[in-house]
Amino acid sequence: MSDKIPVTVLTGYLGAGKTTLLNRILSEEHGYKFAVIVNEFGEIGIDNDLVVGADEEVFEMNNGCICCTVRGDLIRIIEGLMKRKGKFDAIIVETTGLADPAPVAQTFFVDQEVQDTARLDAVVTVADAKWLSARLKDAPEAKNQIAFADVIILNKQDLVTPEELREVEARIRAINPYATLHKTTKCQVPLDAVLGKNAFDLDRILEIEPAFLETDDHDHHDHGHDHHGHDHGLKHFHDEEMQSVAIQIDGDVDPNRFMPWINLIAQREGPKILRSKGILAFKDEPKRFVFQGVHMILDGDLQRDWREDEKRGCKLVFIGRELNEADLRSGFLACAVNQPQS
Amino acid sequence: MMEEYDGSLTPFVKTVAAGSETIVAAFPADTPILALSDGSFLFVETGERVQAFPEAAILCARANAKRIVAGGDNGKIIEITPDGRTTTLGEEPGKWIDAVAIREDGATAWSAGKQLRARDNKGAVRSWAAPSSARGLAFLPKGYRLAASHYNGVSLWFPNLDAAPDVLKWPGSHLDLTLSPDGNFCITAMQENALHGWRIADKKDMRMTGYPAKTRSFSFSHDGQWMATSGAEACVVWPFQTKDGPMGKPPRECGVRPAKVSQVAFHPRALVLAVGYEDGWILMIRLDDGAELLVRKGLDEGETPPRDKPIVSALAWDENGRRLMYGLQDGEAGVLTLPPVPPRR
Repeated sequence: MSDKIPVTVLTGYLGAGKTTLLNRILSEEHGYKFAVIVNEFGEIGIDNDLVVGADEEVFEMNNGCICCTVRGDLIRIIEGLMKRKGKFDAIIVETTGLADPAPVAQTFFVDQEVQDTARLDAVVTVADAKWLSARLKDAPEAKNQIAFADVIILNKQDLVTPEELREVEARIRAINPYATLHKTTKCQVPLDAVLGKNAFDLDRILEIEPAFLETDDHDHHDHGHDHHGHDHGLKHFHDEEMQSVAIQIDGDVDPNRFMPWINLIAQREGPKILRSKGILAFKDEPKRFVFQGVHMILDGDLQRDWREDEKRGCKLVFIGRELNEADLRSGFLACAVNQPQS
Repeated sequence: MMEEYDGSLTPFVKTVAAGSETIVAAFPADTPILALSDGSFLFVETGERVQAFPEAAILCARANAKRIVAGGDNGKIIEITPDGRTTTLGEEPGKWIDAVAIREDGATAWSAGKQLRARDNKGAVRSWAAPSSARGLAFLPKGYRLAASHYNGVSLWFPNLDAAPDVLKWPGSHLDLTLSPDGNFCITAMQENALHGWRIADKKDMRMTGYPAKTRSFSFSHDGQWMATSGAEACVVWPFQTKDGPMGKPPRECGVRPAKVSQVAFHPRALVLAVGYEDGWILMIRLDDGAELLVRKGLDEGETPPRDKPIVSALAWDENGRRLMYGLQDGEAGVLTLPPVPPRR
């Protein structure tokens, strides 16, 4: 697709099993060579030729955007790694347990040189099945990491009862219903569950559907097949602080109303919106418009044509803190070409 | 003088298959040497390669009339002299060397993350921890003093004094750093595609904005009156003739092309610039009237760049300004030897 180096970001609260997952990825027989960027030169050793220590230096940008932060050390390291171009196929960034994934992700949107050489593949969050529910209550970092994730590895499932597991899963879904969730023991997931996800590739934003009907990885026989259609019977939790809001319009929106509105929302609500995504049908436009955002940064483009057999329609998803759902909904619905009769 | 060369200097260029990206090109004691990303030094005239950083990459390097000093991703700081001798000046185990600076008297400084070290010409090493990673380093021309750029400013450190460094403050992430030859001005390239400058005496701020990309290459003219910069689709040249430097004055632009300038190098004796671009073009430009001569032809306009982009990554003149050496990211390098100018009639 492109010769840009894919970058996978591994997050997860202290002790969740990030390093276990990292070592699993590195030790599999896959023939790939990784460059690994870690923060603490570890208590647990990392078995890889190319391991780089990072300082997690989060810098604010002087562009009038208060939440626009980047990882200065990451920019420097990626530039340095390019001197060894051809010696590795992919980069894995392991963050500290208390890290906010946003500055890492924003680095890939904001820095042109990074963008020219590397692409963010996915944010993978490892969560501890036994302790996550407690951490979601007392550690804002843990909540951020769940909200931000494209892939969640719900690890240490062997340490909890099936009821407890269902509860923690429901709590995750209350915050982020869109991430792919894998329930594991000792982070035993197939490699393709965490690598090559293209989660930030606009061309891959095809559907925005909650991922309830998801894969389960049976670690005892690790065959990696997907099992669809499980009825989890999840309890419904509501997280007071962090939620997702999905809004749908059947039919087209007017881009002359939508673009100013979404830019206003990004400016005004950006600090509270962790991630956003959308697929839109613009009036008189045969192609789908797709966009994604991280806090205030939006990235959008016209994608493929709407197919004959496809119903033109629009869908937006926001994941964030204390979102004003009614306000978002009324603002978006006001962009619709066919206004509902009132 | 330039018209005599008939528009193109390409017949006078000898290309060199360097094999990997040039980090720095230099002519110590008139010997053309390339410091390469594969960890080697290439003596261009003899073809001899000195693999000073086995299994490692050179990340940064600086050169003067006597030596080249390079820092690697194996944590080593290695000096090479024109006789081919290498000396390890320092080592930061497990770290990358982010920047090096050298002084005429033989002193060397380097940074690895926040850790700064200065090694004087007798080998005595002093250390200081910057508030955040130091990405740009330069010795001030007067006194044994080092300027180091970091988040929210630049620190001016006297390695032999215990006093806390003087700080030039400006919010944001400061990357590469340069000093005017008279030592009056300090200029940094920032994360936001702008330059920031200070008049060191009174810490007066200067903003130099309008770049579409980060400035990664600076060059002062031999008379110290002009500073050429990369980062735009032209070479942007700021005036430093007065005690106010470029404050309130517009820059000159030369070598406007549909590709960004990646390297700049003023001729050591004349107001002539060598300018390298991201698409592999190199021009020689006279500052007075913008007259251009072609040194290297790169990609055609609209041509899809190959996987290894031919970005010009290094430019250097020899001491007399008779030879210009260049290096590209894709592993090509070359030396232009200016032909003798026929006497004017």
